[in-house]
Amino acid sequence: MNAPMTFDTGAPPPKGSRERLVVIGNGMAGCRAVEEILARDPNRFEITIFGAEPRVNYNRIMLSPVLAGDKSFDEIVINGADWYTDNGITLVSGDRVDHIDRAHKCVVARSGRVEPYDTLLIATGSDPFIIPIPGHDLDGVVTFRDLDDVDKMLAAAEKGGDAVVIGGGLLGLEAAHGLSLRGMKVTVVHLMPTLMERQLDEAAGYLLKTELERRGQTILTGANTKAIHGLDGKVVGIELEDGTRVKADIVVMAAGIRPSTGLAKAAGLECERGVMVDDHMVTSDPDVLAVGECVQHRGLCYGLVAPLWEMCRALADHVTDAPSGYLGSVTSTKLKVSGIDLFSAGDFSGGEGCEDIVLRDAARGVYKRVVLKDDKLVGAVLYGDTADGSWYFDLLKKGESVADLREGLIFGQAFASGGALADPNAAVANLSDEAEICGCNGVSKGTVVKSILAGACSLDAVRSTCKASASCGSCTGLVELLLSLTMGEDYGGAREVKTLCKCTSFGHDDVRRLIVEKQLKSIPQVMQELHWSTPDGCASCRPALNYYLLCALPGAYVDDQKSRFVNERMHANIQKDGTYSVVPRMWGGLTNPRELRAIADVVEKFNAPMVKVTGGQRLDIFGIRKEDLPAVWADLNAAGMVSGHAYGKSLRTVKTCVGSEWCRFGTQDSTGLGVKIEQMTWGSWMPHKFKIAVSGCPRNCAEATIKDFGVVCVDSGYELHVGGNGGIKVRATDFLCKVATEEEAMDVCAAFTQLYREEAHYLERTAPWIERVGLDHIKSRLLDDPDAIRRYAARFRYSQQFSQDDPWAKRASGERRDLHAHIATVRPLVVTPEMENA
Amino acid sequence: MHGDWLDIGPKTQIEPGTARTLPVEGGEEIAVFHTMRGEFFALVNACPHKQGPLSQGIVHGDVVTCPLHNWNISLRSGNALGADEGCVPTIPLRVDAGRIYLKRSAVLSPRAVLA
Repeated sequence: MNAPMTFDTGAPPPKGSRERLVVIGNGMAGCRAVEEILARDPNRFEITIFGAEPRVNYNRIMLSPVLAGDKSFDEIVINGADWYTDNGITLVSGDRVDHIDRAHKCVVARSGRVEPYDTLLIATGSDPFIIPIPGHDLDGVVTFRDLDDVDKMLAAAEKGGDAVVIGGGLLGLEAAHGLSLRGMKVTVVHLMPTLMERQLDEAAGYLLKTELERRGQTILTGANTKAIHGLDGKVVGIELEDGTRVKADIVVMAAGIRPSTGLAKAAGLECERGVMVDDHMVTSDPDVLAVGECVQHRGLCYGLVAPLWEMCRALADHVTDAPSGYLGSVTSTKLKVSGIDLFSAGDFSGGEGCEDIVLRDAARGVYKRVVLKDDKLVGAVLYGDTADGSWYFDLLKKGESVADLREGLIFGQAFASGGALADPNAAVANLSDEAEICGCNGVSKGTVVKSILAGACSLDAVRSTCKASASCGSCTGLVELLLSLTMGEDYGGAREVKTLCKCTSFGHDDVRRLIVEKQLKSIPQVMQELHWSTPDGCASCRPALNYYLLCALPGAYVDDQKSRFVNERMHANIQKDGTYSVVPRMWGGLTNPRELRAIADVVEKFNAPMVKVTGGQRLDIFGIRKEDLPAVWADLNAAGMVSGHAYGKSLRTVKTCVGSEWCRFGTQDSTGLGVKIEQMTWGSWMPHKFKIAVSGCPRNCAEATIKDFGVVCVDSGYELHVGGNGGIKVRATDFLCKVATEEEAMDVCAAFTQLYREEAHYLERTAPWIERVGLDHIKSRLLDDPDAIRRYAARFRYSQQFSQDDPWAKRASGERRDLHAHIATVRPLVVTPEMENA
Repeated sequence: MHGDWLDIGPKTQIEPGTARTLPVEGGEEIAVFHTMRGEFFALVNACPHKQGPLSQGIVHGDVVTCPLHNWNISLRSGNALGADEGCVPTIPLRVDAGRIYLKRSAVLSPRAVLA
């Protein structure tokens, strides 16, 4: 610790003639408040400033550029020693105030120095939050708050090696960026699933994460640090909740800040999260003021610099007898990482009556979202193009109606303020001939217009003649505008595509094609690349995208459980009273005493009020509570039974008749084939539920001709039928083909199933699918090329490798217990935790 | 702040985009939601339509879709959205130092707060 130093110079008017102002805190807030007061009345106070750090006042928010090597300390000093001298201010730096004595109106510093005051200003700022995990006090664990921290980080970076930053907020990412530029291998560990979740929504967070990863940082989101490990008192690495270990030569804790209220609390001033102040920054003691990050004003604490300037103005007005009042701040954030443009302001969490306008431009890596409420702008998130950040922020602060700007608002100031340009037609008409319309194929407006004038009078014609909108399709709207502008009334109008849901302008087929073409790998990535208009989709598109990705990337895609309908998440069928029904698999409809006993035991043990034989030849156990599901499954598993997937958009059951083994009419072993087919197809996820049946003769007791795939055995082989449905609209199957052997029947079954998986729309059964595309389409895919059956069947069997895990076995062994257990039970006035930190 | 606020555990116990439940003896079960944006909300775990367990629905934005008949319920206000009409009581919630707190009086009688 440096010895206290004092700049005690200048020639103030004689002591006693002026009021004494003592400021605790030599940071940005304390000094700015003093500047504001001096600007109003330079002679009113005799001023003493205490600073805990042994240096003059500097710009704390510029520590990031110092760490990154863009600036030196001297460049970020706000007020040098001269300022204190010239204004007759006594600076006591490196000597922390330990105690406020309100009774005697004085403060006592660590050195023993006692300083009396008439007016006291608390500007103690905030403290970094240290997560109290094991190892947080090891050598090499630092925070990112002051110049000492930066010095420690720079010293570590000189040796190179690995750095871990705990916290993916503004401060953490700036620290990570600096350390990375200084040559360290950086891993960011962030508790929440989205980086900077307080400032960004999921979509912008995803773009930011992708960019940081491209720059070589490792970003772990949804990661909870369990411990910091050390050797001989020095940090060597961290361990996450899931057991992952990351090597570290330095660990930066940037998990947030807390208003520093210790002194104020000890002095008996009213505090909640921060020191409570009124609109004039006065605390519960009229002679004590507080300002900056340490205060709580109208329920809010601020951790940014802009509110601080506004607070200081109100404070200075108050102490110089011209009270104005501080009404709270609307804040905006910019990330200070070079090359990444990111801006956010206001409230973009949505809510009642809020309306989102989203613009995504995948080619330029741009995401813009503005939130409107009652025709006023209330929030904005910009990534990749922040040129209009200050314009949006201005509109937001003014709080005026933006109804007139609405149409063009998302395109920015130049567009929206251009008078007539607010009409998108006019905007497109005003584009120059060189303006790029299609980014994928580099087609300019002039080229598109030329091809329209040469006779391309529909979207498809434009696509085939000049390639515009022929790839990702995101410029389709622009091309259609050009068609209507160029052709006038001759244009037949936009084509009708039924969109996947209201979040997108793409249809199911386009989404499926683009997932494969653009090699998209996650739901947020699909939403960004395909210009989704909502931040995280809806209950219609999320399950559809999850399925499409699962189908396109067998084995590689990680199933997103939160995008699944409840039944597929719980592996049971929800009933009207919120309980579940459980259906164990009975292969081909066969069962035995052991299975029946186990089912009977489960029914009694869990008081299931009903058991019913299903239409798919199995038993359904009703009235099971979600908490009991894992135990029910454990018992059924013990008897050798697995999930029947009676709840899924998946293979349900293979219904059979008894066939040649018992039946006097049977022509083939329909039961045996049914069991083999069920063993091949169980566990597969599909666009919708999928039922199979095998009948042993044309009497068709297994009702194979109203199933999605039906086998009817005949003396000479197997007749294969597709597209039947016994539901709302009964549809008999279409005959697909006839084969001679069981193996061929199974290959065609696998191939047809895979074709359906790859081409149908989500939630489209085989019957409407076949009616939509035509039986000839199915036949041409499967039967025209003699090798097609083999190829489709091979793809099906490959993806089945990854889906034939019994989901019940995992749950019964305790996996995802959080889906089944309550958080706790409230017994009036008592809480009994059932699981902490699950 | 602990007097009228009931500590129901760390916020990490609810994965973003999901909800978990809190039965109340002699009262109504509560669903506590964690949105993808990182916000927390608590509602009575019963859809205003046919009392479906909202905790089991798909969460998108600040809306949950009821698993029984696909009503969309605002987590912020408890109101049914779109053409449907109805409202489920919400329970005041706050997060402090990584823990979730529910307003005790509302936990015990959520419908009194609604009225």
